[in-house]
Amino acid sequence: MTAIYSFHGGIHPEEHKTESSSSPIQTAPLPRFLILPVSQHIGAPAKPVVCVGQRVLKGERIAHADGPLSTAVHASSSGYVTAIEPHLIAHPSGLSDTCIIIETDGHDEALPASSHPNWRSYELGELLELIRDQGIAGLGGAGFPSAYKLNNDNIQTLIINGAECEPYITADDRLMRERSELLEQGIAILQHITGASEVLIAIEDNKPEAIEAVRAACEHQDWTVVTIPTKYPSGGEKQLIELLTGQQVPGGGIPADLGIVCQNVATAAAIAQAVIEGQPLISRITTLTGGCVANKGNYEVRLGTPIEYLLKHSGYSLEQSQKVIMGGPLMGFTLPSLDVPVVKTTSCILAPSKTELASEACTQACIRCGHCAEVCPASLLPQQLYWYAKSQNHEQLKAHNLADCIECGACAYVCPSALPLVQFYRAAKAEIKEKSIEQRQAEIAKNRFEARQARLERDATEREATRAARKAEAKTKAKQDSRYADETDPVQAAIERAKAKKARLQQSGEANSVSNTLEELKAKLERAKFGLEHAHASGKEEKVLTALAASVGRLESLLASEQAKQAQAQESSE
Amino acid sequence: MMLQQVSAPHLRAGQSTEEIMLRVLLALVPGIIAMAHFFGAGVFTNIIGACIAAVLCESLCLRLRDRPLLLYLKDYSAVVTAVLLALALPPYSPWWLITIGTVAAIALAKHVFGGLGSNPFNPAMVGYVVLLISFPVQMTQWTAPSSLAANPGVWDSVLAMIGSEAYDAVTMATPLDLLKQNDGFMVSALWQQYPQFGRFSGVGWEWINLAFLAGGVWLLQQKIFTWHAPVGMLAVLGLMSALFYDGGSSSSGGSPLFHWLSGATMLGAFFIVTDPVSGATSNLGRLIFGALVGLLVYCIRVWGSYPDAVAFAVLLMNFAAPFIDYYTQPKPYGYQARDADK
Ligand code: SF4
Ligand code: SF4
Repeated sequence: MTAIYSFHGGIHPEEHKTESSSSPIQTAPLPRFLILPVSQHIGAPAKPVVCVGQRVLKGERIAHADGPLSTAVHASSSGYVTAIEPHLIAHPSGLSDTCIIIETDGHDEALPASSHPNWRSYELGELLELIRDQGIAGLGGAGFPSAYKLNNDNIQTLIINGAECEPYITADDRLMRERSELLEQGIAILQHITGASEVLIAIEDNKPEAIEAVRAACEHQDWTVVTIPTKYPSGGEKQLIELLTGQQVPGGGIPADLGIVCQNVATAAAIAQAVIEGQPLISRITTLTGGCVANKGNYEVRLGTPIEYLLKHSGYSLEQSQKVIMGGPLMGFTLPSLDVPVVKTTSCILAPSKTELASEACTQACIRCGHCAEVCPASLLPQQLYWYAKSQNHEQLKAHNLADCIECGACAYVCPSALPLVQFYRAAKAEIKEKSIEQRQAEIAKNRFEARQARLERDATEREATRAARKAEAKTKAKQDSRYADETDPVQAAIERAKAKKARLQQSGEANSVSNTLEELKAKLERAKFGLEHAHASGKEEKVLTALAASVGRLESLLASEQAKQAQAQESSE
Repeated sequence: MMLQQVSAPHLRAGQSTEEIMLRVLLALVPGIIAMAHFFGAGVFTNIIGACIAAVLCESLCLRLRDRPLLLYLKDYSAVVTAVLLALALPPYSPWWLITIGTVAAIALAKHVFGGLGSNPFNPAMVGYVVLLISFPVQMTQWTAPSSLAANPGVWDSVLAMIGSEAYDAVTMATPLDLLKQNDGFMVSALWQQYPQFGRFSGVGWEWINLAFLAGGVWLLQQKIFTWHAPVGMLAVLGLMSALFYDGGSSSSGGSPLFHWLSGATMLGAFFIVTDPVSGATSNLGRLIFGALVGLLVYCIRVWGSYPDAVAFAVLLMNFAAPFIDYYTQPKPYGYQARDADK
């Protein structure tokens, strides 16, 4: 039994888990349209590889991973691609993003799966590629591409996160109870990939059945199932690591710095499916709960299923409802519209009745009671952060480590003055990010200006030097001319001079112009890159983004070719 | 259908600011009853007068500052300030004294700085100190406890409040005054000489302090504040008086028990230094804050020129609170020493 440590702060909100945890996982029906965003994970959006009008089969890859920090998207049923266009996605600020829209044909015809039962004999790279191409991203939290996270050879400890600490959500609970064998296989694959010598499976003590099931399934392995006390946010990666190992992930670092990698239970199960059965990630378990949902429970939902369709199926009473939350009540966000799809990170849809959750309380002044600091799992001083966020004092925000806030909402949960603390922190973080981008842009502009200034100066001195040289030359020439006037052929001499001058000009001019173009290109590329970053940060339209990305690409290739040219020129001149 | 857009978290714990303030008021009740038992109806006239003045003054300030009246009045912070000030004043204070103190507390100490939450000094203590400096005579006339002389009746206390001199209350030096003025007596001799001394400290004062202590402990149990500031204050006050007790000689500063149960010690420890707004922020900061208040209280009581010192000590430390905060900022996750293993 591993020792249990503790982490600072935390809260014990009402759990509301039994409403949805008592019935087995049901399969949600097939909707007429599936809306599949190309970006359901953190990192580069997947690249569509289908065209409008094309028939696709269930499990067929419709967008492939674009680079290492990306993951693929697959059709979750058979049908026809009717559009590839921006569509509203589940995002707190109501953004649209490129989605592949499939009109299902009802056959649910699947692509023959290629299973890999003898995965142990595979190369590591092969397994990682498989995971990436099967579209696996972290199902517990933000949707981090799993292959990227697992690609680290400094791992001693694998932590499997089955804490599920947010109230209302029971998707992982049901998964552990019903699919513990699959989970066990997934963990085995994860251990194989990471080479971890120690495997810790953490489950909160409010899920005794899940603990029992996982213990039974993993009996023959030398893994440890750790029962952790129920406390929010014990499922936060950093908190869980401290809870299990007593170590803190260093500020600005990642768990791998401690030789630790965390994976959620649902992700582990999805990996088992992807590798052993060859089934890509096309569905997930989502908890449907809240006072406005009649048939509360857990549903195996196809990715891309519109929330409205799903809610109607589960007996959702529209009239009663005021808001629908994706995710849990503490970290989830209210949906701008019900016409958004279920994605890889949709662990819960919560449709509370009017009286169920916190009503909009009038906020009062901060009385500095310090309750927020007592519960902050990051050991920050939320009241000070609030103060500085309000006055936009970015210096002090940095000094008080705003960046280490995990936005868990524990502070706002306890605040007696009902201050929307997390909202302030998010806004301040965005501001700081914006400002740092601006700053970097200004820096680039400054560097460019300085470079140009230097270039001009250099040119001027060079010109001066040539002029002086020419003068001196002319002098000696004149001397020579007068001395050897009758010895040289004046025509021949003139030709020689002209040749020499040409050569001289060419040399200096060429070198100059090559380095100039290079510099200019580099500057342009920098500018374009920041434009792109900025556009990403401020959530510009897809079109703008692609255009910007294209120009960055073009500039990059141009720069490369120029550089190659210059290198060649240098070589040849040598 | 319009879906409501609200930011996370969507859950909140039940406790609100007004609940906290109401609980603080409730916790003061035992102390108030004890005070009324020993000093008579004048305690109530003080409280009523201060509350009326506070609500009026708060309303006026809110109106001037263009804030919604009801919302802010509802946080009860003005009433808490008023009651704390009223308890610190000698019973049977005239209305003008109460009013000046309350206005200083609410308008000067709170609203001038931007209202609740922004005041660097404890409002009630500002009010108290303004009065103590401006009207030292009125502010040091404590009625004799009921067991030593009959307290004025209800009618007399009303007369006293409207400023009439028609009532005749017996005022007496408080035990803290006596100890301060002591020259040449052993502590035990002092005890025998003056009837104002009780078992551990002053007659009545012991019970009043114990009642405030009870209320404070209840608030602690209710998690309204943490133990750090009160424990810091009481510990250092006790430590200092133990160090300088001097075996009860004529130069003794009084025993720990005497200091714990005298004057405004318990009221201060649980209701004044725990004021979150003007105190230190972190737990360690609060411990230091409380400890230094305790130190100052002892020093001023014994070597200063005022018999009681909680108000001065708290105000002085309010000055220091930002510095304490600066040096006691807790280390966030990921920056704490690695040997956090326990
Ligand atoms: S909990 Fe709210 S009122 Fe209390 S200190 Fe924190 S922000 Fe201020
Ligand atoms: S949201 Fe941030 S500041 Fe608030 S408790 Fe969580 S980590 Fe601390």
